[in-house]
Amino acid sequence: MTSEPILILNELTMRFGGLLAIDNLSFRAKRGDITALIGPNGAGKTTVFNCITGFYQPTSGSIHITHDDGEKFALEKLPDFKIAHRVHVARTFQNIRLFPGMTALENLMVAQHNTLMRASGFTIFGLFGLPIYRRAEREAIELARHWLAKTQLTDRADDPAGSLPYGAQRRLEIARAMCTRPVLLCLDEPAAGLNPRESDELNVLLRAIKSETKTSILLIEHDMNVVMEISDHVVVLDHGKKISEGTPEFIRNDQKVIAAYLGVEEDAVEAAVRA
Amino acid sequence: MSAARSEKSSVLSHALKDALIAAIVAFGLFILLLGFLIDDMRGPGQLIGRPVLLASVVGMVFVGRFLISLLYYNAPALRYWLGAIWAAISAFARQYKWQLLALMFAAAACWAFYSPRDWPLILIIIAAVFIGVRFGFSAALLVVAILFPVTFYNNPYYLGIAIIILTYVMLGWGLNIVVGLAGLLDLGYVAFYAVGAYSYAIIAQTYGWSFWVCLPLAGVFAAFFGILLGFPVLRLRGDYLAIVTLAFGEIVRIVLLNWVSFTNGPNGIGSIPRATFFGIPFNATDEGFAARFGLEFDPTHRTVFLFYVILALALLTNWVTIRLRKLPVGRAWEALREDEIAVRSLGINPTNTKLTAFAIGAMFGGFAGAFFATRQGFISPDSFTFPESALILAIVVLGGMGSQIGVAVAATVMTASFELFREFEQFRLVIFGFAMVGIMVWRPRGLVSTRDPTVFLKERKTISANHVAEGRG
Amino acid sequence: MEYFLQQLINGLALGSIYGLVAIGYTMVYGIIGMINFAHGDIFMVGAFIALIAFLILVAIGITAIPLALFLVLLIAMLLTALYGWAVERIAYRPLRGSFRLAPLISAIGMSIVLQNYVQLAQGARVKTLQPLITGVHTLFDFGNRLVVQISNIQILIILTTFALMTGFSWLVASTSLGRDMRACEQDLKMAALLGVDTNRTISLTFLLGAALASVAGIMYLLYYGVIDFHIGFVAGVKAFTAAVLGGIGSLPGAMLGGLLIGLIETYWSAYFSVQYKDVAAFSILIIVLIFMPTGILGKPEVEKV
Repeated sequence: MTSEPILILNELTMRFGGLLAIDNLSFRAKRGDITALIGPNGAGKTTVFNCITGFYQPTSGSIHITHDDGEKFALEKLPDFKIAHRVHVARTFQNIRLFPGMTALENLMVAQHNTLMRASGFTIFGLFGLPIYRRAEREAIELARHWLAKTQLTDRADDPAGSLPYGAQRRLEIARAMCTRPVLLCLDEPAAGLNPRESDELNVLLRAIKSETKTSILLIEHDMNVVMEISDHVVVLDHGKKISEGTPEFIRNDQKVIAAYLGVEEDAVEAAVRA
Repeated sequence: MSAARSEKSSVLSHALKDALIAAIVAFGLFILLLGFLIDDMRGPGQLIGRPVLLASVVGMVFVGRFLISLLYYNAPALRYWLGAIWAAISAFARQYKWQLLALMFAAAACWAFYSPRDWPLILIIIAAVFIGVRFGFSAALLVVAILFPVTFYNNPYYLGIAIIILTYVMLGWGLNIVVGLAGLLDLGYVAFYAVGAYSYAIIAQTYGWSFWVCLPLAGVFAAFFGILLGFPVLRLRGDYLAIVTLAFGEIVRIVLLNWVSFTNGPNGIGSIPRATFFGIPFNATDEGFAARFGLEFDPTHRTVFLFYVILALALLTNWVTIRLRKLPVGRAWEALREDEIAVRSLGINPTNTKLTAFAIGAMFGGFAGAFFATRQGFISPDSFTFPESALILAIVVLGGMGSQIGVAVAATVMTASFELFREFEQFRLVIFGFAMVGIMVWRPRGLVSTRDPTVFLKERKTISANHVAEGRG
Repeated sequence: MEYFLQQLINGLALGSIYGLVAIGYTMVYGIIGMINFAHGDIFMVGAFIALIAFLILVAIGITAIPLALFLVLLIAMLLTALYGWAVERIAYRPLRGSFRLAPLISAIGMSIVLQNYVQLAQGARVKTLQPLITGVHTLFDFGNRLVVQISNIQILIILTTFALMTGFSWLVASTSLGRDMRACEQDLKMAALLGVDTNRTISLTFLLGAALASVAGIMYLLYYGVIDFHIGFVAGVKAFTAAVLGGIGSLPGAMLGGLLIGLIETYWSAYFSVQYKDVAAFSILIIVLIFMPTGILGKPEVEKV
């Protein structure tokens, strides 16, 4: 097991036409940690996610992931599905993206596509129902059952994902991401739209993922209860720049962060940054 | 009392008003095109007035619209009565299921007694009803299909129609993989049908190989064309993909039409080797099927054989599709139809997944094409025009995208009504077109719009159409 | 050189006809996001109406060509627009907001209806019109009978198309109907919430599209002098190709696409082979879409994650 950080962003810049969405951003996420990415609306958090997961190609800069065994990947050149497949980075979406017409269980089975595809001999073995495929499918259902239980969705396993209540859909999306056995799980506002009880349950779930799997978590969140309670490290973005970084305790009392969130004038923030 | 009467009269006057407007519009629509006939026979630019035709059509529109309006304004009451009658009938049928079956059996026995020649027909009806009650609709349909040649052995016309129907069932099932499962709108499916037919015809004629060797080759060629088309264009979305597939279908047809040295152009390819019974030809010679099996020669042998060949091919398509749906590749297709971005976030290569759907769909189209070529013995580009693609797509959409049984029913109904009303020619096509519009208005998601899950933990629940996405690809 | 210029003129005339039909596709697509497969057949209906109207005018003694043409234009635009309206009312409005493929199938059904209705009403044989507008002008004379000519009918086609395009762009850009249309294009539901009568706007879009298609139908009739019930399909597919090539939803795109398709076809026929002119047009469509997935003037689609 290497001690390298799981994720290193180095001088990442993303430009859309004239708009500078991310400006020379660098930070690291430690292995096994929950790292939170916070900042006001429009700070560029989701853009960072999209760069890490390959949905956008960054204008410049580098993104590196190091696996447990020391293998390194440069993400900025890989297409999205390869990042998920080879590098094992999984993500959820701000505006939930499930497969609404498929059942919860089917959603989790799709997530195990690549494992099952190999076991089905790229469909040939599977077509004739060879035992090697049947065993793999049983294992896949077991993994799905495990995550359904963890997300309290066992009772809804055979219901279409689109019929689940909002909070359950959020949990199912996390379960689906976990079924890809990720090394890094990127959660885009998982607590958005949840009521306080659901939000507490989310904290429990994320802590369980942290303690029971080797998955590191990168989290975008507006709900400060969630952020402060579960993160190990917090990175604060504003206007595409990193304005602060540290433990939740440190961030809570950081004047620059408070200024950014309260929406003080630009130069006041800059003064604060300098100070 | 008077309130009820005034309500009634207002319904009447509303209906009259609607009918009047419709008649005026109809008059505008038809005054030139129906009111006059360009009669080139009598010399250029001669016109014949047809006031009677015009008046009667406008009158029909008036009456028709009036009746529809009356029905529409009285819809709640009408719906109530129809619903009540239907509920009563179905409750009765459910309660006295076995008695009704026994009654039918008795009726059938009487029928068989008085008209013994009809026994095969009676047999097929009884078998279908019993299997249908016991094992469901699909099983009944399968039994009817298997027994069909036995029943209609002496009616080559019906056998011919049944073969055409099964060809379209197979084409519908093939296209269902692309459109229904993967959600990719393909308006040029007939191109793969054409590739299959022409590769069979050319290979069989040039090398003299048998049907059973050429059939897989035709499928392979069609799949290859599917990949060839799919590779560059599958990153297009929605209607862009639709127009490109349409363009591809036209390109294939135009090439077939003009590459005379290879395809014989508009004259088509004739005397394509007929299918043999695994090497034994269906002819009157001593080497023929009839002689070998000690039967009297009968051209229907070939027809029956062809019937079972296409039935087997269609069932193969169905079996493969049902299997594939439960395999990772099939789940990936459906997931792709639901949300492509989510699919990519799960590490699934969208291009490969679409390509497999395209290639497998194309392959079955190719098989159907090879069968078509050997059945007809003659093919020409005329058989592979856009309306053919539109018909197959209509079968898939009318049946209910992704539903195997819905597609089979839609193919049967559409093709059968199309063939049976052949004597009405254009008139039947006008009605056919209106029927397509009507079915879409009635059931926009097709006959069977629900989706069956491919795997379940505790119980298999059917998924309502509201949740199932239609695909943007 | 003179051959090249001559083909340029021929291509522009043909392309103008495609462009007029393409506008109908692009507007309907822009507003309700559906491929109106029956639009090509509306074009064909327009040509038939124009022919019959002209023959009636001749029969009642109106033979002065400018007046007759003007009346034919008026009648054909009016009655064809009625067809556009009726098709929308019968086949598309009940399916508004429904499953995406339902209106497509419904449109294919309508296309079958229109083709066979015209065939039933007027027979399957081709109908002809003797050339009405004759006369050519020589633009360049290179001697040795190498000349570049433009015929009056070509001038008429190009000028009419130009005038209609200008008028139509003005309508979309500066009238309240145009504003409603643009609002519906952006967001149908929101436009309805803000008080735009969306049904009326959509109906008017179909009316206008059909009227433009009927003008294209008249031009086709005058240019080629021969029509049958089947011309709608080929012209429709070409025009739709033109709309997609130019960037569907964009008015200048439709015109540009139409002209491009017309030019490609003409040049391909002139320099390579007539048989494969459609293959050339379709191949260029495929190639353009591979490199510009939303057409030449279409807005690039931003993938929202």
